[in-house]
Amino acid sequence: MNKLKFYLPVLGFVVVAIALWRGLYLDTKTLPSMLIDKPMPSFELTSVDGSVVSNSDLPGQIFLLNVWGSYCLPCLIEHPTLMRLSEEGEIPVVGVNYRDRQALAVDWLAENGNPFSFSILDESGRFGIDLGVYGAPETYLVDANGVIRFRHVSVLDETVWQEQFLPAIAELREEGS
Amino acid sequence: MIPEVGSFSLILALCLSMILATLPIIGAYQNNFLWMSMARPLSAGVFVFLAISIAILAYAFVTDDFSVQFVAQHSNSLLPDRYKFTAVWGGHEGSFLLWTFMLAGWMLAVAIFSKSMPLEFVARVLGVLGFLITGYILFMLATSNPFDRIVPLPPIDGADLNSALQDFGFIIHPPTLYMGYVGFSVVFAFAMAALLSGKMDAAWARWCRPWANIAWAILTLGIALGSWWAYYELGWGGWWAWDPVENPPLITWLFGTALIHSLAATEKRGVFKAWTVLLAILAFAGSLLGTFITRSGLLTSVHAFASDPDRGFFILAILGITVGGALLLFAFRAPLMKSEFGFDLVSREILLLSNNVILVVAAASVFLGTLFPMVYQAITDDLISIGPPYFNAIFIPLMALLALLLSIGPYTRWKRTSTTYLMQQLGKVALAALALGVVLPLLVTGQISLPATMAVAIGSWIILAMLQDLVNKTANKATRLKGLRALSFSYYGMQMAHMGMAVMLIGVALTSSFSLERSVLLSPGQDVGLGNYVFQFEGTAPVNGPNYVGEQATFIVLQQGEEIAILHPERRIYLATNTPSTEMAIDAGFLRDLFITLGEQKEGDSWSMTIYVKPFVRWIWLGAIFMTFGGILAAADKRYRRLRRKQTESNRESEKSNSIGGELPASS
Repeated sequence: MNKLKFYLPVLGFVVVAIALWRGLYLDTKTLPSMLIDKPMPSFELTSVDGSVVSNSDLPGQIFLLNVWGSYCLPCLIEHPTLMRLSEEGEIPVVGVNYRDRQALAVDWLAENGNPFSFSILDESGRFGIDLGVYGAPETYLVDANGVIRFRHVSVLDETVWQEQFLPAIAELREEGS
Repeated sequence: MIPEVGSFSLILALCLSMILATLPIIGAYQNNFLWMSMARPLSAGVFVFLAISIAILAYAFVTDDFSVQFVAQHSNSLLPDRYKFTAVWGGHEGSFLLWTFMLAGWMLAVAIFSKSMPLEFVARVLGVLGFLITGYILFMLATSNPFDRIVPLPPIDGADLNSALQDFGFIIHPPTLYMGYVGFSVVFAFAMAALLSGKMDAAWARWCRPWANIAWAILTLGIALGSWWAYYELGWGGWWAWDPVENPPLITWLFGTALIHSLAATEKRGVFKAWTVLLAILAFAGSLLGTFITRSGLLTSVHAFASDPDRGFFILAILGITVGGALLLFAFRAPLMKSEFGFDLVSREILLLSNNVILVVAAASVFLGTLFPMVYQAITDDLISIGPPYFNAIFIPLMALLALLLSIGPYTRWKRTSTTYLMQQLGKVALAALALGVVLPLLVTGQISLPATMAVAIGSWIILAMLQDLVNKTANKATRLKGLRALSFSYYGMQMAHMGMAVMLIGVALTSSFSLERSVLLSPGQDVGLGNYVFQFEGTAPVNGPNYVGEQATFIVLQQGEEIAILHPERRIYLATNTPSTEMAIDAGFLRDLFITLGEQKEGDSWSMTIYVKPFVRWIWLGAIFMTFGGILAAADKRYRRLRRKQTESNRESEKSNSIGGELPASS
């Protein structure tokens, strides 16, 4: 028995090595949210334009929740898509201005256009923590009841919209009808 | 044609290292003198051919040979020469060649500076190193040959070196870190040689100690350089992020620190023998784990090279064969290792053991925190992230405990120390340290704060204890100076490294508690206050470099109305890749750093920027420099150089210890 304890290191190593080997083939790109199929966290916060917003201001229909920041270069890449979606009335877009400064956010919207019905101001990143945000840009699909149904990390361009969001939305609509 | 010579040279190095991995080890078993004596020349041969390989890769960079894929991906004709040269380690393939080359360098050093060890032992050490190099070169040739060409149509210009890497830190951080990392392969080889021979007496610990000290010292410096570089280059004002790729060097360092302490006990007292061997294996495993994580795409991080599961699998195989094999061999041999002497509850042995337990627990916690997200994902398919709160919660109390014990260690004696003696020696020191901890911050800042008190108290506890020990140790000599001269290098090395620890702890505690930062939008002529300082924005001017264009801002920093510094942060666009990059400006000081990172230009001529005041941040790296010198000083101790005497001593010791069944006679 006393001799067997010296086999513990090699046993431990075998366990770790198997874990590492399994880890090699894991998909680290898709990031499921802890909040999938859970209601949006409740909030009562200032918006970028200064008014107070809460859960009751959310659109009573399927909408996009887009996490953005004026410092975020990829946000500029997805910006035209968001602009198109909101201008053509395809789907309402609510923004979360994540770890930014209000003045910078206002400037950025004035310069690039504002696709958002409103943008929740989250200077401290506290709301982002509730939401489980990894970083801007990130987009959530929220249903009419305010439940988060789908999450996409990184840029939302036309391809992502066509291939991931449209099918997800179609599914939600079917469910609703 | 020339790059093919590089490839060919790599293959020659492989052939030689394969012979090195087999013949001398077999020779050591069969007592075949000729085969054993081939180890040294073969090591030199492996080194020479790897040197030719890496020189040819550097030549391909300097001459802009973009037909070589690795050069095309990591260089550009506009890149300044010093970065062309160092771009050799700017990507996976080249940096792995550097890694292997450095291991060959260590191996050559062992071959040269091992005259005092028995040939049989040297043959085994070099054979194990040859085995590792064989694995590394096979890995390169199979999955990541740096000499692969782009055929038939090479690009006209290269894709350029990542702009974040075009910096002085990139020239020095990777080679230093690698040098320290692979140094632990040498320690591993010593441990393996001891296990293979079955002769695990105190002699191997003595031969191994200077190598372990030097590897540890260089690794300390390498990690500190990385921290310093991240601090001034990445622009978020931090010096440690608990990034999954920062953690393996730290794990290696923690095991390595435990190892150099445990080696002391094994060498001097013949205790903890199996434990020391295990630590040597674990430190080496930490270094391979770092390689595995950065090169397999297992975890996403700023350090990660391009992901490729095949590479990961290959490195995992190397890890499995070497570390798995070593641990299995350990399991067979460890029951044969017996401690030679007992010791009491209050003794230097116990203090060293506590040090080891704390460091190993710390290393295990960091390891767990680094890999847990992956394990969690494998089991539940969900993602979680483990961040600084976890690591800080575990690490800070452990390090505080370590610092408390650190002062007691040098006062204890081997085998038994009386508690009254310790109380009598350290009671006053403890009181003085506490008093300083309360009074000093109060005098400087006018207020009492717990972090500052803790930092100053722990720091002065270590430093005061050290000074008193110096006074005690020199008291019996004719003059103090004579007394100081009579103390050994290893004693000074230990005290210096311990003082480095104190300085670093003070730096960490004060920076973490008292740093200020502020993000603002300023137009030329406006100013902003932070702490006792006023930062005045004068304006920007265009600036052009060899491969970038940018804007340089000018700030005047005022303290109580007096100008104390002028800072020039920059915002650059690198031309080849069109990537923006920010160059912060730092006014460095012994007691505080001021620095500014420039954001983007907003409407009109206003700019966004972040301003930081970081008290005592330099102490973190200053402490690391002390530790590095301490390690080197300890390794330079005279007793490792007294060759002949050492050898007879070690033989006597191995006879005395009569460690295992005597299957091999003590060779001389």
